[in-house]
Amino acid sequence: MTMTVDTNSTPQFHLSEEPHHPEGASTMLGFWVYLMSDCLIFAVLFAVYAVLGHSFAGGPGPKELFDLELVALNTAMLLFSSITYGFAMLEMARDRVKPMLIWLVITGLFGAAFLTIELTEFSHMIAEGATPQSSAFLSAFFTLVGTHGLHVTFGSIWLITLILQVLRFGLTSFNKRRLMCLSLFWHFLDVIWIGVFTFVYLMGMI
Amino acid sequence: MTLPVQDPSNSFLFGRLSLESIPYHEPILLATFAVVALVGIVVFGALTYFRLWGYLWKEWFTSVDHKKIGIMYMVLGVIMLLRGFADAIMMRLQQAMAFGGSEGYLPAHHYDQVFTAHGVIMIFFVAMPMVTGLMNYVVPLQIGARDVSFPFLNNFSFWMTVGGAIVVMMSLFIGEFSKAGWLAMPPLSGIGASPDVGVDYYIWGLQIAGVGTTLSGINLLVTIIKMRAPGMHMMRMPIFTWTALCTNVLIVASFPVLTAVLVLLSLDRYMGTHFFTNGMGGNPMMYVNFIWIWGHPEVYILILPCFGIYSEVTSTFSGKKLFGYTSMVYATICITILSYLVWLHHFFTMGSGASVNSFFGITTMIISIPTGAKLFNWLFTMYRGRIRFELPMMWTIAFMLTFTVGGMTGVLLAVPPADFVLHNSLFLIAHFHNVIIGGVLFGLFAGMNYWFPKAFGFTLNEFWGKISFWFWVIGYWFAFTPLYILGLMGVTRRMRVFDDPSLQIWFVIAAFGAGLIAIGIGAFLIQIAVSIRDKEKNRDVTGDPWNGRTLEWATSSPPPDYNFAFTPLVRDLDAWHDMKTHGYKRPQSNFAPIHMPRNTGTGVIIAALSVVCGFGLIWYIWWLVALSFGAILAVAIGHTFITDRDFHIPARTVTDTEAARSKLLARGT
Amino acid sequence: MSTHETHSHADDHGSMKTYVTGFLLSVLLTVIPFGLVMSGGLPNRDLTIALVLAAAAIQIVVHMIYFLHMRSSSEEGWTMITLLFTIVILVIMLSGSVWVMYHMNTNMMPMTGDM
Repeated sequence: MTMTVDTNSTPQFHLSEEPHHPEGASTMLGFWVYLMSDCLIFAVLFAVYAVLGHSFAGGPGPKELFDLELVALNTAMLLFSSITYGFAMLEMARDRVKPMLIWLVITGLFGAAFLTIELTEFSHMIAEGATPQSSAFLSAFFTLVGTHGLHVTFGSIWLITLILQVLRFGLTSFNKRRLMCLSLFWHFLDVIWIGVFTFVYLMGMI
Repeated sequence: MTLPVQDPSNSFLFGRLSLESIPYHEPILLATFAVVALVGIVVFGALTYFRLWGYLWKEWFTSVDHKKIGIMYMVLGVIMLLRGFADAIMMRLQQAMAFGGSEGYLPAHHYDQVFTAHGVIMIFFVAMPMVTGLMNYVVPLQIGARDVSFPFLNNFSFWMTVGGAIVVMMSLFIGEFSKAGWLAMPPLSGIGASPDVGVDYYIWGLQIAGVGTTLSGINLLVTIIKMRAPGMHMMRMPIFTWTALCTNVLIVASFPVLTAVLVLLSLDRYMGTHFFTNGMGGNPMMYVNFIWIWGHPEVYILILPCFGIYSEVTSTFSGKKLFGYTSMVYATICITILSYLVWLHHFFTMGSGASVNSFFGITTMIISIPTGAKLFNWLFTMYRGRIRFELPMMWTIAFMLTFTVGGMTGVLLAVPPADFVLHNSLFLIAHFHNVIIGGVLFGLFAGMNYWFPKAFGFTLNEFWGKISFWFWVIGYWFAFTPLYILGLMGVTRRMRVFDDPSLQIWFVIAAFGAGLIAIGIGAFLIQIAVSIRDKEKNRDVTGDPWNGRTLEWATSSPPPDYNFAFTPLVRDLDAWHDMKTHGYKRPQSNFAPIHMPRNTGTGVIIAALSVVCGFGLIWYIWWLVALSFGAILAVAIGHTFITDRDFHIPARTVTDTEAARSKLLARGT
Repeated sequence: MSTHETHSHADDHGSMKTYVTGFLLSVLLTVIPFGLVMSGGLPNRDLTIALVLAAAAIQIVVHMIYFLHMRSSSEEGWTMITLLFTIVILVIMLSGSVWVMYHMNTNMMPMTGDM
């Protein structure tokens, strides 16, 4: 179909056949826009942390609380999960269901490891009396890091759902698109984590 | 301190909900409840008697058709307008009465709920649904699309908005609503000053509706980007679609801020954190800062689509191309970005100092420039035009006159030293009602009168429309000019009783104005009723009752489910005008089956569960929260396992529909 | 606009090479700041902060390119436009809030800090 319009002859005002709108052509862009809006939620939490990050209310500060080795380990977990999700996507592009599922399971395990380490860190801090109620700094810390963790949790639930989807329906175009959306989500969370470990943990310890 | 959440007297089964929470000792609320219950029973009975439940469920509630969803948004907006206006008139009466030792008729705790509810309802559940409704209805038609990008999401968004409205309305009869003003500023909205359920109703009502708003913003944004008819590049987009695009950008980029800041407030209230508290390093002014980072773009979310409506109306009823289309587009984009740079003008008095205040004062004055440019564009469009003074055009002209005054008082308030005097006074109240009634509401009425025939196939009654128009416009000036004057005299907002008897006359005039507006609203309802009665007489068979210029007028009124039998090919700005002037002939044959999404009830179900979840959170009924949240997840995940999502309208049905229209058209000529 | 719907899937998903490159760069850009801070930092504190921030900024770009497959051409440039717009809003919000709140804390009675 050509789109050239000749104004001298009888102009054409409509397509003679249905436009081929591929199924779900808008999904990826829509999901990207959602991620951008999610990014702004994090922006608020970062801004809150920036404003309240020194309001210790006489309580402990970053240097007394943070354990950078644990954070480094956690960062590694998330980074590994990113690359394994990438491998899953490569397998998906080649329509190899089984290796893809294996990589997805590994990704999920890394995600679970990340969450476990984060919860361990939180419980240690709370056991030491550094609770979200102790000071504005800790409120902001727990909320920012916790919101990221909550996102990873929902990402993991979504991952499990998609594994079930693929097992049930196979690699349909629907499921491929969903896996690509989750891929964006998962890598996006890794980007947010870069912000978290830099602004919260590393800057707190310098 | 111990939080109400930890109160040991909360029961497991009912949380803090008890019989005491039902306000049966308040005669006003009791009477309201009686009326609502009576109307409810009548409506329910009628729907059951006429066996309409099945029809409503199948054809409307579960519909993913953007046109039906748009209409449902408008219905929601009109219903909530009645509630919000009832609050307004109660306030006007109270303030007109409470002089010379009289306490008026509203006790303080009730009056505070009334002004809070008025603001919340008018912005979130009247203006927002109506703006979203018009965009939903019109945008896909204007860009020559069959539907929005994500039809199911559209239905879900609508029901979440309804869910939010239901939560807010529930507070009338179970417990109470917030007394902390429409933005719930801490520390007043904190758990110490507001330990009861009011602020929680506010938070969860807005959060539930906010999910809907954000998703609908993403949906319409992507629709405009991806679904335009071939040939319609960005600079050929109708101006209403352009303003809708910018509005949805603003929605997507600002509602997350509201969500986040309300989450922080609820953490303060439920968990005892210290974001906005006075002690332990918390900072209440930070709430003010963030809420206005959302709040200022929000007012442009409301006004931009209305600017779009005025542009369409002016150009159609002047019979001319819009003057300065390109400058209009750039003005809209400028406003979109600038609206993020002015938020501090809402709290000049906070004390950020001269440097910060002057920056935000200047940006605020700058934003009036693109707005002024728009006004000149409309005037030049009218210049030498063949103006038809139909209802939409009348509303538009009333807007130009009214809004300009509101804009000027806005620039006045943008001067920080002046703002120090006028801040929190009735002058401010008059200013923002001037721009929101004179800008948004007049625009919505212009839009409703303009597109009603498209949506229902018959025009609105002109006589009652004019009555409504004149009562609204004159009523507006009677109601708010006194507030400008009172504000200049230093009267602050949200007062319940007054000492100085010399002020009373102004409040009486304002109450009189509100009475005129009440007649305007009544006339609007009569206008709709009369129009439905006379619909055969006013039927629009052409699909183009106003000699319109954009694509929505190319299809029938009301449009078929599939909007366009063939996807239009756009060659020019004002595509329909181009088609009409270059010998367009409706295609009569060779129709193909049309691919359409299937209706689904998932949106209604998830929204209902969200209301239940919100109710549990408000009353600390944790088992209900856990149960309903689990159910939401289960339904959402379950929905992804449904594979049967679409169908084809057979070519024969399309042929029949189009043939029926040809017959109608023949009858019309 | 929707006339050509060429989907270059290979490009959308990246390749083994791009993922591994991205991964290695990320590891490098994570190890450097962590190493810097965990070893006690450079004598010049400001320089340490600058290096840590630079590493984060570069790593975000690396993720965007190699993992999120950002291209200026994808979706006819709309992903890039939305990203840039978001960054603008993000910068306004972050810097604006910090600026506004800092001035308020300085001008009004300073109540935060170590109380």
